[in-house]
Amino acid sequence: MGKALGVEAKSVPAPDEDAATISVMAARRALARSSIDPGEIGAIFVGSESHPYAVKPTATIVSAAIGATPVMTGADLEFACKAGTAGFQSCLGLVNSDDGQIPIRCALAIGADTSQGAPGNALEYSASAGGVAFIVGREDVIAEVGLTMSYTTDTPDFWRREGMKYPSHAERFTGVPAYFKHVEMGARQIMERMGTKASDYDYAVFHQPNGKFPLKISKSLGFNREQILAGLWTPRIGNTYSASMMMGLAGILDVARPGEKILAVSYGSGAGSDGFHLEVTDLISEYPRSKAPLVSEAAANGIEIDYATYSKFRKKLKMEGE
Amino acid sequence: MAVARHWRNQDQRYNLAGTRCKVCGGHFFPKTSMCPSCHRRSLGKLERFQFSGNGTISSFTIIHEGMPQYSSQVPYVIAYIDLEEGDHIIGQIVDSEPSEVEIGKKVEMVFRKLSEEGRSGTIQYGFKFRLTP
Amino acid sequence: MGTLARDVAIIGVGQTRFGEHWNLTFRELGIEAGFRAMEDAGISSSRIEALYTGTMSSGLFLNQEHVSAMIAEVVGLTENQIPATRIEAAGASGGLAFHQAILDVASGLHDIVVVGGAEKMSDVVSNLATEFVASGADQAWEGLFGATMPSLFALMARKHMHDHGTTKEHLAQVAVKNHAHGAKNPLAQFQREITLNMAVNAPMVADPLGMFDCAPTSDGSASLVLCDMKTAKELSDDPIRVAGTGQGSDSLSLANRKEITSMRSTVAAARRAYEMAGIGPGDIRVAEVHDSYTISEIIAIEDLGFFEKGDGGFATERGETALNSTITVNPSGGLKARGHPLGATGIAQINELVLQLRGDADGRQVKDATVGLAHNIGGTGGTAVVNILEVV
Repeated sequence: MGKALGVEAKSVPAPDEDAATISVMAARRALARSSIDPGEIGAIFVGSESHPYAVKPTATIVSAAIGATPVMTGADLEFACKAGTAGFQSCLGLVNSDDGQIPIRCALAIGADTSQGAPGNALEYSASAGGVAFIVGREDVIAEVGLTMSYTTDTPDFWRREGMKYPSHAERFTGVPAYFKHVEMGARQIMERMGTKASDYDYAVFHQPNGKFPLKISKSLGFNREQILAGLWTPRIGNTYSASMMMGLAGILDVARPGEKILAVSYGSGAGSDGFHLEVTDLISEYPRSKAPLVSEAAANGIEIDYATYSKFRKKLKMEGE
Repeated sequence: MAVARHWRNQDQRYNLAGTRCKVCGGHFFPKTSMCPSCHRRSLGKLERFQFSGNGTISSFTIIHEGMPQYSSQVPYVIAYIDLEEGDHIIGQIVDSEPSEVEIGKKVEMVFRKLSEEGRSGTIQYGFKFRLTP
Repeated sequence: MGTLARDVAIIGVGQTRFGEHWNLTFRELGIEAGFRAMEDAGISSSRIEALYTGTMSSGLFLNQEHVSAMIAEVVGLTENQIPATRIEAAGASGGLAFHQAILDVASGLHDIVVVGGAEKMSDVVSNLATEFVASGADQAWEGLFGATMPSLFALMARKHMHDHGTTKEHLAQVAVKNHAHGAKNPLAQFQREITLNMAVNAPMVADPLGMFDCAPTSDGSASLVLCDMKTAKELSDDPIRVAGTGQGSDSLSLANRKEITSMRSTVAAARRAYEMAGIGPGDIRVAEVHDSYTISEIIAIEDLGFFEKGDGGFATERGETALNSTITVNPSGGLKARGHPLGATGIAQINELVLQLRGDADGRQVKDATVGLAHNIGGTGGTAVVNILEVV
């Protein structure tokens, strides 16, 4: 199964980790690499399909744990695997708004998940845990967003009903009419509007539900392996859902140089894609990457566990008192 | 339900926020209403102080019979940590095999789940530690 | 300063066997020891003027607080509406109840009082007992973060091993010795000897502390009759005098201590008791110390001045704390073998000393014992009580 999906390993949260703790750690690491005072952050959006509470924001937990409260706003977002990039777009809108109307110059976009698949289901091989935080602002920019556009339809390829522990998916329907259509249209509309073609980009990153889909879509869009390698993480850590494309983008920014161009397209079941055209600025050379682990370091940092431990950690077993 | 009891300690648990005495410069965790050295002289001269979360393991234990909230984590490690700014703290060491933990090793703070009030109650979050890479 | 207004003595002691009393209620358990103490003193309950009870957590274990009134009721002392007081200081509840009763009688307020200690722990499952016992430590800054009571003592143990060269075998020697003593005590929970091998290789509870490094959970009660010396001499042929009593405190949480291989509360309580008694550690031939964990006995025999700091484990290995050696520590079997029904422990320690000083300790009798010391702590040492008794 692992080979069929192109996933060698997946990250698993410890029993004391959830989307909130992962969001906090990602946010603190982003702040460690910046000179921003947490009090300047005017908005925090946390995209996840595994928020620890159904009602009560993860965003407020993050806000308090990084010292951003109280003059700020925040919300939890859900759009399957693209909730994190939906928050990214919201942040861009806020920080680029008129200062008189919305005085927010800096915002935090987080994608984090501890997603689960039912035991035995193919999803269980890929659904993993991870989180990424981007600080979005107008000063000290390391990568400039030239354009962002979304492509959205009502396509039920993957869902989880209220109160259900595990999600359901429509098997092969998740492919062509869902992932491939939305990612392709999302990527094409960005390139059309920017007047760019695949060869103009140094890097491309697409949502990675498994190791195969992003390879296939990048090929059909005309990207080669070199362009996507820096952003391809699912084969090593699994599908981190809301963090998936953002993890790839973070991995690219870990190695990117001034002037390089990036095409990034997320995908969220249900369904839609968020496309971004980014250009790396000169400031990346001064960016203190070493103040927090690189994606490659974080990915290499795990402890291997067996399935029995995994089952216990993920509460797949009925334990005493349950 | 102990919602308010946990809520009022949130800043201390989330951010390792304690107290600094402006009279003697001492740092204390958890926060204190009176400096243990300066006593009455410290009244009105205490301020919030956020510890870096960096420290050194002074002692540790590997718990095999744990608190009920930690039953899924046994065996887990609890350490007595000397914080770099002064004062000590007791905290869990996560993300490593118990055999890797030793007296004298450096640790850094991480943010984790501490407990939850049943399946429908609130979740308590706060500091834990891991070996500094 | 540092003296009692009048002499106080013990004229009767009583104790249930410690262990699992499945068929006894807390009330039945509590009064059993009281009746035995009054019988031992040869007085009727009508002579009792006040009642002190040490109980750590009847609220958590049995959902019953206000046990002072409960004990007064079941002992049949409500007729005279005598003052009944419950004292709580975690595992030091019994020792502190005794300390408070001494102050009461010494002040002249009452002439004859009964002091009891009781706990019923077996009604809850083990992980709840773990949680309830941990309430004697700092729940907000230790318990919530996963620290159990044994784990806090394990932190002390590893530090002691690191700083002083104490070994896992030294810890085990404490358990082996106390089990050997307990085997000679008909009221002990465990009356069998164990080997060093068993203790060293027992399942871990909180590394480096294993099962045999920890006192058990127990049901039990202990009681004694205390009175002023004048009354004592009228009622008894062999009253045992309170020569010194001292109490000390320290932070609730271990993290707020400057060091964790010594308990300042014990050092202070001992200093106060020694000063009142006008003696020093070298005068003590028999001691009942608080070995809730094996490391606690090692730390205690250092803090009480019997051995140099760091030498406690080595002294135990040399056999200097065994029955009729340099100083007999825990001839009753200690908390480890006699059992540890929290609130009852401090009183059971005093009772053992009374038997030793009267020469009534049978197979575990310490030869020529004329002065004895009892040391009782709460939690990780937030409270310590030291009492010194002597033959009259």
